Order: sequence, then structure tokens, then C-alpha cells
Amino acid sequence: MSDTKKFMYVNRKAPYGTIYAWEALEVVLIGAAFEQDVSLAFMDDGVYQLMKGQDTAGIGMKNFSPTYSALGDYEITKIYVEKESLEERGLTLDDLQHLVWEDEDEDWAEKDSIRLVSRAELADVFADQDVMFNF
Amino acid sequence: MAMLHLVNKSPYDACNLDSASSMMKGDDALLLIEDAVYAAVKNGKAAAGLAGLKVTVLGPDLAARGIGEDKLIDGVTVVDYAGFVDMVEANDKVQSWL
Repeated sequence: MSDTKKFMYVNRKAPYGTIYAWEALEVVLIGAAFEQDVSLAFMDDGVYQLMKGQDTAGIGMKNFSPTYSALGDYEITKIYVEKESLEERGLTLDDLQHLVWEDEDEDWAEKDSIRLVSRAELADVFADQDVMFNF
Repeated sequence: MAMLHLVNKSPYDACNLDSASSMMKGDDALLLIEDAVYAAVKNGKAAAGLAGLKVTVLGPDLAARGIGEDKLIDGVTVVDYAGFVDMVEANDKVQSWL
């Protein structure tokens, strides 16, 4: 595989209620080994996946939310969060984890991974992709 | 004959909560569990659908999802699993809106 393709993983489900969110994360991390141009999008109930302060001790399930902060180490630096979905749910960016990546070309400067976009802007991003994965 | 209505789906993904709230009567109680706890978040669109209802949410499900109690609409009661059992016992019937 010499050609790099643009892979978009679309996350639209809340964590824990179904297995989609966790499975998506597994697929993203496996896919990262193939050195494609990867983006993640969080829209609809998917924005809940990035909520900070998740504590699953009381429900007996694994808290996989810390894994999102490792995405930068897998060179996944484009994480789109849809603005309308956040607003509809009474949330702001402050309610989400602060995700960063380190830019090798700028002396490992920390940069934000999350890009807050409108639904229309996200549609443009989708249109520019080669492959879509939906969870 | 009070009924306990149990809802476990996100109000932004399914209409289960609307169905439940539209059929609640008198002393009926509503317990939000799993993804339904998102309905009780302040400033969320779904919160309006809870107006006038006796609403209880399951604490462990809130914590798992990173929702602090300060983020909830006013008048909501938070219970643990023992409180869940108490509610089942206190009502004549349980209706699970799966």
C-alpha cells in the first residue's frame, strides 16, 4: 500500500450504552498502523464520548475515555467535533477532554487536536475523504 | 396505582423518553438510567421534556458519563442502585421503555 488515503471515522453513539464507541476506538488504533491520513469526527450522541471526568467504577465497565488522549501519539491529529451537536445537548468544549498532539516539525510543540466545526463545515470535510467508517 | 417508568435510551437518539413522558399519570415516577441520563443535563434540548415530572437519575450512570450533579436541571433526584430497588418496591408496577 503505497497510496495514502483519507480515512474518516464517524462517531455518532454515546459511550457505554452500546459497544459502538469502544469498537470504533479499537478499529481506529488498529488502522493507525497502516499510516493513512486519519481523521475522526464526533457528532450527534458521539460528542458524549469525549466528556471529561468519566468514572465507570460504579457500573462495572472499562473506562476507555483516557485512550482518546493517546490518539496524538498515533499521529491522529484531526479530531472534528460538531458544534450543533454540542449545543443541542447543553455542552461546550469545556465539558470535553483537552486533546493535544506534539508537532515534530516545531520542536514537539503541543497543539490542539480538536477542531470545533459546524455541520456544514463537517459536510465539506466528509466530501474531501476517500473512505468513511461509521460507528 | 403508581407506576415506575424506566428509560435507558438517549433522548437525542430515540423517542423512548417522549413515549414514556406522554403516558405518565398522577404519582408515576420516572427513572433515567444508562444513556437516558443525558436527558437531565441543564441547557440540553431534551430537558424541556421533563418539565412537571418527578425525575430520578441513576448516579453511577451519570458518573460513568462524566456528568456532574451540578450539570443537572433543578429538582432531579439522584439515586444509587439501592435507591433503584427502593423505587421498584415503592411503586405498584414497572414499565421499561426499552
